[in-house]
Amino acid sequence: MDRRQIWLSLATLAMFAAVPPLTVIFDQPFYMDMIARIMVFAIAAVSLDLILGHGGMVSFGHAVYMGVGAYAVGILSYYGLDNGFLQIPVALGASALIGLVFGAMSLRTTGVYFIMITLAFAQMLYFLAISLEEFGGDDGMSSMRSEFGGVIDMYDAMQFYYVIFVVLALVLFGLHRLVLSRFGMVIRAARSNDRRMQAVGFPTYRYKLAAFTLASTICGLAGVLFANLNEFVSPDVMHWTHSGELMVMVIMGGMGTLIGPVLGATAFLLLEEYLPQWMEMAMTNAGEHWAIIMGPILIAIVLFGRGGIHALFAATIWRSGGKRNG
Amino acid sequence: MAEPILQIEGLAKSFGSLVATDDLHLDIEQGEIHAIIGPNGAGKTTLIAQLSGELKSDSGRVRFAGRDITTLSMPARSALGLARSFQITSIFPDFSALDNVALSVQAHAGHSFRFWRPAGRDPGLRAPARKILDEIGLGSRADEPAANLSHGEQRQLEIAMALATRPSLLLLDEPMAGMGRDESAKMVNLLRDLKGRHTIVLIEHDMDAVFALADRITVLVYGRAIATGAPGDIRANDEVRAAYLGTETAQEVSSA
Repeated sequence: MDRRQIWLSLATLAMFAAVPPLTVIFDQPFYMDMIARIMVFAIAAVSLDLILGHGGMVSFGHAVYMGVGAYAVGILSYYGLDNGFLQIPVALGASALIGLVFGAMSLRTTGVYFIMITLAFAQMLYFLAISLEEFGGDDGMSSMRSEFGGVIDMYDAMQFYYVIFVVLALVLFGLHRLVLSRFGMVIRAARSNDRRMQAVGFPTYRYKLAAFTLASTICGLAGVLFANLNEFVSPDVMHWTHSGELMVMVIMGGMGTLIGPVLGATAFLLLEEYLPQWMEMAMTNAGEHWAIIMGPILIAIVLFGRGGIHALFAATIWRSGGKRNG
Repeated sequence: MAEPILQIEGLAKSFGSLVATDDLHLDIEQGEIHAIIGPNGAGKTTLIAQLSGELKSDSGRVRFAGRDITTLSMPARSALGLARSFQITSIFPDFSALDNVALSVQAHAGHSFRFWRPAGRDPGLRAPARKILDEIGLGSRADEPAANLSHGEQRQLEIAMALATRPSLLLLDEPMAGMGRDESAKMVNLLRDLKGRHTIVLIEHDMDAVFALADRITVLVYGRAIATGAPGDIRANDEVRAAYLGTETAQEVSSA
């Protein structure tokens, strides 16, 4: 975590902060919605980066915690409980608990088995959500936006936007501190060499489990915002393809960099939005086949762009030395 | 004489039909350098893995400082003061040399559920780590990423990381592995410095180093201790000559 990384993070956040006034000036309210959505996914991607990038835990079921957070809001809203001061603790508690249980079992394994077991747990909850007829089953259910006792109006686009922005900024700052703390040193070192960590006296399992649970909880918070954003909750949030997309955002942006996944989420969602349109312009009906272009882009980034978008920025904008990030 | 710091009683370990440790009995006395030698495949590294808690033993008991540690995990044994270095260099290459040692200090400075203050500016971790690096002769390389250190320096760092856990017993698995003559000489001096302050179990192929350092030597063949004694006795032991030095001579003859 060097100075360039901090500047890149601040610059990115400054750009997000500047979006609402710009959309007002240019009378393009649509973009505020779009960037709000990007920031929600950025929060989820950053939380995944904590365990994937820093902790080396390749969780292939991370979107499920977004689903848990979203369903907490949806179900409470269904029973008329729209108070955010109630919803948020419930959502965080539920995602933390589920993260703790899934993590406790998954972290007994490593490598491919870890990937598969996290995926299996996620699919389990996905199908559970589908079976919840009371809450819309497969079709999902609509949900009200959270209320904060008149302090914040989530239906005001500008206020809602800045709520998401502040959450993203706080998550980034908190995790930035965490990664450099004693706890952060332990999970980063355990990624590099778990056996050695145990030999010098760290019971690494409990630290990895704590990191896994924390990441799940933060992702649950992203889920709260996601439900508010869509005013709708469905099992689709938890589908494994969304877990895959979160991983792509992290890898695209740069693993273990925190701000990288924010950039990755931005790039991914912008491409998802505009690639079909561009292709449609080039050739009629080409838009629906946007994955044909998206796929190779992802492969190229994984093969040639190690370090992702973050590394690209770090290399071109600041052309000083220091290739390594501690 | 005081009770041995480490008592190994009937320790055994097999991998399928391969017997790696075979009913081993051995006492390590407080303060000694006890070398364990033996031909390749004698089960030396397996023994270290069993003693450090990485491998579960099939049977037998290990007592450390008067306590039965047979079923304890690696971190739990480390907490009691048993440290280990690895035959294959096992460091954190992306971290600086100082970070590597500071991690070991941190492992024994209470729990690490501390999420806010940067560990990299924590004098409680950095100062002891720097002191150990200075002692071991790596002080000038403290801020270098461990990956950039030479092989010999990495082997020294390996020892520093073990020392930083403030162990009463050091298990050193071939600290001179892959070293040149000069580097080996440095390491011998380093280990000689440690003598007296730490009890050391030393596994080593470099016989000059072993005979220069060891107070006692145990010869391991096929997982069995065929002889234990002072260096002079071991050198004169016929069984050892036959089983160990003999095979080496035979190899030399056949390869010549």
